[in-house]
Amino acid sequence: MNGKKAIIALLVENNANVLTRVAMLFGKRGYNIDSLTVSETNDPLFSRITVTTQGDDRVIEQIILQTKKMVEIKAVQLEDENEAILRELLLVKIGADESQRGAIREICDIYKASIVDFSPSSIVCELTGKPSKINGFLDVIGKYQILELCRTGVTAMDRGSKVMVCENRESHRS
Amino acid sequence: MKLTGAEIIIEVLIEQGVTDLFGYPGGAALNIYEALYHRQDRIKHYLSAHEQGATHAADGYARATGKTGVMLATSGPGATNTVTGIATAYLDSVPMVIITANVGTSLIGKDSFQEVFITGITQPVTKHNYAVRDITKLADTIRNAFKIAGSGRRGPVLIDVPKDITAALCEYTPAERWVEPKAPCAPQSTLQKVADLLAKSKRPVVCFGGGVISSEAGEALVAFVKKARIPTCHTIMGTGVIGFGDDLDMGMLGMHGSMTANHAIDEADLLLAMGTRFSDRVALNLRDFAPHATIVQFDIDESEIRKNVLVELAVIGDLKMELQSLIPLVEGKERPEWLELISKWKKDYDIINGKNITGIRPYEIMEVIGEKSGSDAVITTDVGQHQMWAAQFCKKTRPRGFITSGGLGTMGFGYGAAIGAAVALPGAAVFHITSDGSFHMNMNECCTAVSNKLKVITVIFDNKVLGMVHQWQNDFYEKHFVATEPERKTDYVKVAEGFGARGFRAETKEALGKAIDEALAGEGPAWIVCPISRDEKVLPMIPNGGTVRSAILE
Repeated sequence: MNGKKAIIALLVENNANVLTRVAMLFGKRGYNIDSLTVSETNDPLFSRITVTTQGDDRVIEQIILQTKKMVEIKAVQLEDENEAILRELLLVKIGADESQRGAIREICDIYKASIVDFSPSSIVCELTGKPSKINGFLDVIGKYQILELCRTGVTAMDRGSKVMVCENRESHRS
Repeated sequence: MKLTGAEIIIEVLIEQGVTDLFGYPGGAALNIYEALYHRQDRIKHYLSAHEQGATHAADGYARATGKTGVMLATSGPGATNTVTGIATAYLDSVPMVIITANVGTSLIGKDSFQEVFITGITQPVTKHNYAVRDITKLADTIRNAFKIAGSGRRGPVLIDVPKDITAALCEYTPAERWVEPKAPCAPQSTLQKVADLLAKSKRPVVCFGGGVISSEAGEALVAFVKKARIPTCHTIMGTGVIGFGDDLDMGMLGMHGSMTANHAIDEADLLLAMGTRFSDRVALNLRDFAPHATIVQFDIDESEIRKNVLVELAVIGDLKMELQSLIPLVEGKERPEWLELISKWKKDYDIINGKNITGIRPYEIMEVIGEKSGSDAVITTDVGQHQMWAAQFCKKTRPRGFITSGGLGTMGFGYGAAIGAAVALPGAAVFHITSDGSFHMNMNECCTAVSNKLKVITVIFDNKVLGMVHQWQNDFYEKHFVATEPERKTDYVKVAEGFGARGFRAETKEALGKAIDEALAGEGPAWIVCPISRDEKVLPMIPNGGTVRSAILE
């Protein structure tokens, strides 16, 4: 799908069906999910989902309005990429023999990535940060042999004292 | 008081005002039927031939009354057979509660006999669904289902209940019947903007859909367009609201709409869209739809705004209240040039085609039905050519009097829907307009109409082909008539009699009139087969992606 990237935070009921429903809505309407994170919040009744997707303004507006309608979704918020705190975790396994370790360690130091596993022929690095920092790290480390890579996808939170709360939308359920 | 889960289900249905439900029993649903056995004086169950028929019946019941229709099915195939019916209701925003029994909790997830994950299957076609796993939540879950189905934009809600929960005991505390609170209305400032746009407009048009019927806004709509003198067209879901032949009525718009309606949309400078979602059968070409118009969209569901068509102003809320508030804000402004142009289009374009076709014509069949059916009659349709003719020539002017599958286009919808309407409105004549193609899908429901002595008059437009697809093959596939000329030998009069119903054959207007008289005078359902030419086409037709300028007229 063409268009710009959008990060949407959803506060949802914490039950077994919600994730399927959200994923189903995206699938049904033809919106691609670039990344998705889910976890329980401080209140065990609710979970928080962060979805990154792409689309023009109309598509993003539709996604927000369609998700808002769902009975188990309690609040929906479009995150401003420049204002919100965005974080992602990367684990990357790099093929490295003794001769390459020093250089990789140096790169890790610059990016504040930690080396969390070590074998005669490989290194596993961990890095937390905003997506652009992780992309930057991967650009540099990419010249080595990447054996395995996984990213958690973005999780997001607004700065300041404002919080996402369950909106009472009883009469608007439609 | 302690009741079983099954008893709680039925008690909550009664508490929520349900007097009739449609369904089909089975192993997992036995406890629920046992609970029904002891409450037959308070709630009546109608057994269908097939769960799809029962689901369409609950849907027809809801559309005919505005009440939430209720359907009950057993697990596995019973549940999957409801899916087309649920999707039909979902696409047309019909309030329904579907209760499916499931295998016992200990058997769930083990591919047990007649087990299916129905909440997974129905997720994309329900407004919401529930899988009950805790009996203490059963009563409130059913109450919530009624609340969700019957509020805002209506829709079907499914509740799946495992058999052990229907057997378990739980304290039941009766509650009040849920009544929809006043729906939200757009602010006065927005409505004033609409009035201002209207005051400036030289060529306004109103286009409305099923939302007018769901919000019971029919009368307010007619009062509004009459006061403001706005030419009006509708989608198939809006059929039956404004008087056929009224000088402001332009009929249906879209693919098989009138040329007048499509020309008016094409030239309008202001389009007030009310309770309609600009589907691809209405706005055939999104770029060229209403190209000169400022578009104002009224809808209860905010997610419909700008979903298909860009609009300048959105009016979110209950249409009836909004129209009532709008009436005092508008003036009765005459626009003689615009109205004259519209009456000229009507004269030049809205003419009956196919003059050289012999035999009874589809519009004549609709004329006779219009004359013979009383003012409180209900018309239901199946899907295809006959559906379009029924909509084009329906002279009924009662909201909820024209029931059709608009969004999903479900062949086989009409008979079940007619049965539901007949149950809902005892005494009213229900006409089921169908064709040889559609009727073969669900004619089995005749047994339901016979058992319950329901006066459903089925009129079969019999052209011996799958007409709509045949028409497309004729026009767009070089007359390659594959799989549309089935050479069936069905004798409808005999089949009707075989079901214990009455069958008639009518080849002329006179014979049709007489058959309808006899059918109405007798008891129970009747079929009237009207042979029509296979050369009959639904016209005009604007092909997919076209505009009024690409309309096919012959």
